Amino acid sequence: MLEIAGLTAHYGLVRALSDVSLKVEEGSITAILGANGAGKTTLLRVISGLVRPSSGRITAFGEDVTALSTDRIARFGIAHVPEGGGVIPELTVEENLRLGALWRKDKADRGAALAEVLELFPPLVPRRAKAAGTLSGGERQMLAIGRGLMGRPRLLLLDEPSLGLAPLVAAKIMAVLRDLRAATGLTVLLVEQNARSALSISDHGFVLGLGAVVASDDADTLLADDQLRHAYLGF
Amino acid sequence: MTTFVNLTLGGLSSGAVYAALGLSLVIIYRATRVVNFAQPALALISSYVAYSVTKGTGSYWLGFAAAIVVGTLLGVVVERLLIRPLRDAGELSAIIATLGLLLVLQAVAGMIWSNEPHAFSYAFDFRGRFAAADLFAVLAVVVTAAGVLLLFKFTPLGLRMRAAAFNPEVARLVGVRVGVMLTIGWGLAAGVGSLAGMLAIPPFISPNALDEVFVFALTAAVLGGLDNPLGTIVGGLGLGIGLSYVSGLLGPELVPLAALAILVAVLAVRPAGLFGRATARRV
Amino acid sequence: MKNLPPIVLHLLAALGCLVLLVLLTMVTDPFTNLRIATVGYYLVAVAGLALLTGFNGQVSLGHGAFMFIGAYTVALLVKRVPSFPIWADLLLATVAGGIAGLLAGAAAARLRGPYLAGATLALAVGLPAVAQRFPDLFAGSNGLSFTVNSQPAALAGVPPTRWQAWIVWLAVLLALVFLANLARGKLGRTLRAVRDDEVAASLAGVHVGRTKILAFLVSSACGGLAGGLQAFLLGTAAPGSFTVALSLSLLAALVLGGLGSLWGALWGALALVYFQVWTDDLAELLDLRTDISDNLPLALYGVVLIVIVLAFPAGIQGGLRKVWVRVRRPAPSQRGEA
Repeated sequence: MLEIAGLTAHYGLVRALSDVSLKVEEGSITAILGANGAGKTTLLRVISGLVRPSSGRITAFGEDVTALSTDRIARFGIAHVPEGGGVIPELTVEENLRLGALWRKDKADRGAALAEVLELFPPLVPRRAKAAGTLSGGERQMLAIGRGLMGRPRLLLLDEPSLGLAPLVAAKIMAVLRDLRAATGLTVLLVEQNARSALSISDHGFVLGLGAVVASDDADTLLADDQLRHAYLGF
Repeated sequence: MTTFVNLTLGGLSSGAVYAALGLSLVIIYRATRVVNFAQPALALISSYVAYSVTKGTGSYWLGFAAAIVVGTLLGVVVERLLIRPLRDAGELSAIIATLGLLLVLQAVAGMIWSNEPHAFSYAFDFRGRFAAADLFAVLAVVVTAAGVLLLFKFTPLGLRMRAAAFNPEVARLVGVRVGVMLTIGWGLAAGVGSLAGMLAIPPFISPNALDEVFVFALTAAVLGGLDNPLGTIVGGLGLGIGLSYVSGLLGPELVPLAALAILVAVLAVRPAGLFGRATARRV
Repeated sequence: MKNLPPIVLHLLAALGCLVLLVLLTMVTDPFTNLRIATVGYYLVAVAGLALLTGFNGQVSLGHGAFMFIGAYTVALLVKRVPSFPIWADLLLATVAGGIAGLLAGAAAARLRGPYLAGATLALAVGLPAVAQRFPDLFAGSNGLSFTVNSQPAALAGVPPTRWQAWIVWLAVLLALVFLANLARGKLGRTLRAVRDDEVAASLAGVHVGRTKILAFLVSSACGGLAGGLQAFLLGTAAPGSFTVALSLSLLAALVLGGLGSLWGALWGALALVYFQVWTDDLAELLDLRTDISDNLPLALYGVVLIVIVLAFPAGIQGGLRKVWVRVRRPAPSQRGEA
């Protein structure tokens, strides 16, 4: 349900993405892997409209979303949780969460969504009324993902959700994603440097190198491919 | 003793005006990181419109309503046509652009309504120690300020506006139409500014009538912290009372310099204002 | 020619300008002489502002206040101590402006951007009001009027508007030589370094606070000189001449001329004088009401500011520089370039 064809993107004169093409199946968890600077973050930013591609097409749920503005894409049901989370520290935890659901017309559902997200991430409950700036790194990441989920998205884009987190917390977050997919059929596009952890919950994986797709396979196959792992994934 | 009571009450009502105009500056600064030097001119034009409407219809309140409406519209137009194109151009450009607008609008006001002062009525009876007009000023500002703060704190629109101001990129990622929020912010701010203008201008309106008040409003906004609405209200009221004492005890001509002295003194100790959020810059 | 030190070059250029100017004033009528002199003192004022806002990045909306100080210094000296020669009065006006700038700069050293603009605006509004507070000293709203009767013996027989223009421009050119030297030298580089990135400059060993205060000092000394020259020329110093509109017009002139250059100050000063002249002529031509004609120059400055900021951020000097580059570009083969 997400199809990317021939995507090329530049930052000024530097080419960040070279003719990237990939497909993401509905209800799957897909990992985008690769070293630093491979273009993973750029890919997500192009999908969500923060960066305009130089060429190529992005089709989501059957519609061409390549030229849409970022807020339009968000209201289309594509939630992008950026690198670092993008939590707004001056707002409270609850305000950050509510923000995620404001675009939905169904106002009555907002309360239900909030309750569900708090159930998913219990550490946020006692900190509901506190400014988001007072949260720890792990809590902030939970908040960011929670905010993304508040809008009941059809597609969730996650940029390095485990970055800077303690392994236990990162594992917890991965588990939440897996369970969520099982329960709701949510489609997840997961960018990660921690390839092993990402592949452990993914169905499929794409490996980027210098802005191009260098490998595309099932998660298990990628995990088993030693050469690939050494070359691009660092383990 | 009565002098102090008089000075305090008088300071309260003028402080209310500084607070209101300061609030309009803060709303815009929070939303777009621009100090709207053209704000006094927007309020001035709105008040001149009120003057003409009142003269034509004989109704003060009709003029008052016209001022608020015109002010809000002016804010919207200025944001869309002048500020939006300069979004990426740097701090100095926005300052210069709003200063240019200030000059143009003041000059246009003089062209249309002449540089001569015209009599401008108060909302209510203005005679006496703490007259009805003063009470109205304080109440109007308090109610408006409360309304604005409630809007920001408790409504979805307010949440969107705050998000758009704090982090436009993240706001877009959650579906907020950031551009629209900025325009609404400017419209709201200009509307509040028009209220301040209507309260500050009596008894005479002239193209330079709001110059001094603007300086005090800016001082109040800076004192309270340019991104803190509540701080600005407190700063405005406090400044009004303080300057009232200066005026009464040292002479009205020294008031602007006293404001400057207070401004410099406060910023020397707390560069982000009394309640502002300091961003680390020192090396 | 190129091997002479910059200061010598500047002095020679100034001398050349002075000679040209003297010749010019001999053929023009008294009105134009007065305008030439007016361009002179505005040039000093705007050049000072160029140093502060253009080179050093400190936005000042209060430059008119320093002109106010200079003007009143000259007025008071001429009235109270008539034995002082005019050049001493002007020198003291410059010093007074400088001292005020030192104080202002010290107070403003920690302020940036809109905070600084707001504080200087308060200065522009507040300082002239002081004249009203002490009417015995400053003669209130009417201001001080005086006659400068120090026509130098050497210039006897020269009509007043002419020798006044010479004296003004002599002072102006001396000030410009000083400023040009400053701008080209180490201080100029330091000023720009602080403007571009305070943190980086500080890490490179620049004393940021001291630099900013120095910029204020020099710029306000220029303002003081400009105000003193204006008082000398007009024979009067009144608070009504030093409104907020003056400070904003000076900034408008600088932005129009070109923010980061001393040449820009010249274009700006010319604009300040000739906008007034043109709008007056236009008002007469179109038989405009006084309301309109009085406000036309200010409206024009405002429009200029907006247009410049939206379309031509580098001002006139920037535009000229682009043309100059394009004119010099052809014939790379002559210069041995690929």
